[in-house]
Amino acid sequence: MSNLKKTESKFFKKIFSSHNIGDLIFEKLTLFFAGSVFLLVVLMGYEMYMGSKLSIDKFGWNFLVNSTWDPVQEIYGALPIIYGTIVSSLLALIISLPLSLGVAIFLAEVAPAWLEKPLSFLVELLAGIPSVIYGLWGIFVLVPWIRNDVEPYLSDKLGFLPLFKGAPYGFGLLAAVLILAVMILPIISSISRDVLKSIPHSQREAALALGATKWQSTLIILKDARSGILGATMLGLGRAIGETMAVTMVIGNRALISPSLFDPSYTLASVIANEFSEATSEMYMSALIQLALVLFVITIVVNSLARLLVWSMNRKWEPAK
Amino acid sequence: MSSNYSYYWKKITNLLMFSLTLIATLCAVVPLVLIFYYTISKGVTYLSPDFFISMPKPVGETGGGMANAIAGTLILIGTGGLIGIPVGIMTGIYLSEFGKNKFGFLVRFLTDVLSGVPSIVVGVVVYTMIVIPMKHFSALAGGIALGILMIPTVTRTTEEMIKLVPHTLREAGLALGIPKWKTTLAIVLRTAWKGIATGVLLGLSRAAGETAPLLFTALGNRFWSTSIGQPIASLTVYIYDYAKSPFEDWNQQAWTAALVLILLISILSLLFRIITRSKYKTN
Repeated sequence: MSNLKKTESKFFKKIFSSHNIGDLIFEKLTLFFAGSVFLLVVLMGYEMYMGSKLSIDKFGWNFLVNSTWDPVQEIYGALPIIYGTIVSSLLALIISLPLSLGVAIFLAEVAPAWLEKPLSFLVELLAGIPSVIYGLWGIFVLVPWIRNDVEPYLSDKLGFLPLFKGAPYGFGLLAAVLILAVMILPIISSISRDVLKSIPHSQREAALALGATKWQSTLIILKDARSGILGATMLGLGRAIGETMAVTMVIGNRALISPSLFDPSYTLASVIANEFSEATSEMYMSALIQLALVLFVITIVVNSLARLLVWSMNRKWEPAK
Repeated sequence: MSSNYSYYWKKITNLLMFSLTLIATLCAVVPLVLIFYYTISKGVTYLSPDFFISMPKPVGETGGGMANAIAGTLILIGTGGLIGIPVGIMTGIYLSEFGKNKFGFLVRFLTDVLSGVPSIVVGVVVYTMIVIPMKHFSALAGGIALGILMIPTVTRTTEEMIKLVPHTLREAGLALGIPKWKTTLAIVLRTAWKGIATGVLLGLSRAAGETAPLLFTALGNRFWSTSIGQPIASLTVYIYDYAKSPFEDWNQQAWTAALVLILLISILSLLFRIITRSKYKTN
């Protein structure tokens, strides 16, 4: 049977693709564009590698572990910057994940249809606001609030922790974390919602039929959906790592490793945004391009993992639909 | 007795957890409301026809508008669209019509990866690829950066939308002896174009809101310029510069620019919705 199908499809292929010159041209044309996307990604990596060759040759792997970032002395070490990137995105994730899951569960399991649509729209609207507007709002609304209310309160009550030590500037890690948490919420919640909805209804019905409460059935659904939710979380993490404008505007922009949330910090993306146009020497420029390369590699790894998780999830439930 | 207890306990947990999800949802909407509230209330004070038609004043003087930035943003997303839309749509067609092989899988994966690449990285790449050889910043470089950023969105929506077109339509076309390319363009694409237009719109409005890739490609310009080879102003870069500036008047203008940007994005989406609704009504 399958053999017959194969010969049949081969036959059709012969008829429909090679006998018509227009079809051949059309297929090759679309292939050309698809190939250009492939080439583009490769070229991006290559360009950044070539652009940062100077700094790679000079600093090698020390670039990643050296903790001095001093353009005046021409010493470039990315450790404080990588530290700032990882800490800010992980903290944002810790705040955002429970909220996003709550939103996803509410939209997928609880909300009636008439409420789900407008609420989903609102959450997705949050994703559509340009990053620079988040930053603007951060500078003039969030940062003053943090400086005048949040930080004095925290240092008063919890000041014995190293986390909450230091002068309340407003601009710093805390502001960046809060803004990032808001910015990654829509992506995590909307993908998690889709993942939850992709799980067949029979799973819920089975749980309910056994006498489970709605919440218990939701727990079972969550367990089924865990790899998809993990994927959504990693996509959110990737977004947080690469987020540029809003972070640059509120994080304080100083290459510093400090345990305090009140202190200014720096992220890979914000260093590039902030210093690229003032990079005067070739080595400086090269070091900045190397930061971009590091950022590129990190986000590719994180995003690939995330996509694989979401895909495996979708494939798992597809036949059950 | 104990089973009764566990019954109530289950009920309470049920209620508690779902209330928490409701609270989480409300928490998610709060920042949205706050951002819109501040953008509108602070932006509206400066909003006047003058803001749209006059140029920025020199440093130190108050007043002036952002005519050049509004035109610049439109030119930049136009240039970006000229690159991103054809590449995106053609790649989407390839993926859905011919992409059931290893290369198709790879390209699909790479567009996903590309959509996760931070926009600032694209800015750096365009800088090394376009700005350095051309030896100066230009609207073209900015447009290319935005175009690259649009590709994943357009590609994915095109592929998804074409996949939704029933197979019978293709078969009908082929049965009439129409070559495949014509069937794809005239029947499949035409059926799916509404969805594709939504993807294009999404790409364009995202591009309109991008700042990071423009910082060192299009740079910015305080004067009127529509030339593709010269640095060009954009609303987002203005918002960034003016928000950081120490002048209160400029901070104020940043809010208004933010409001105009949001209006522009909304108009874009409204426009597409009207076009797609009136012409082809599908069930």
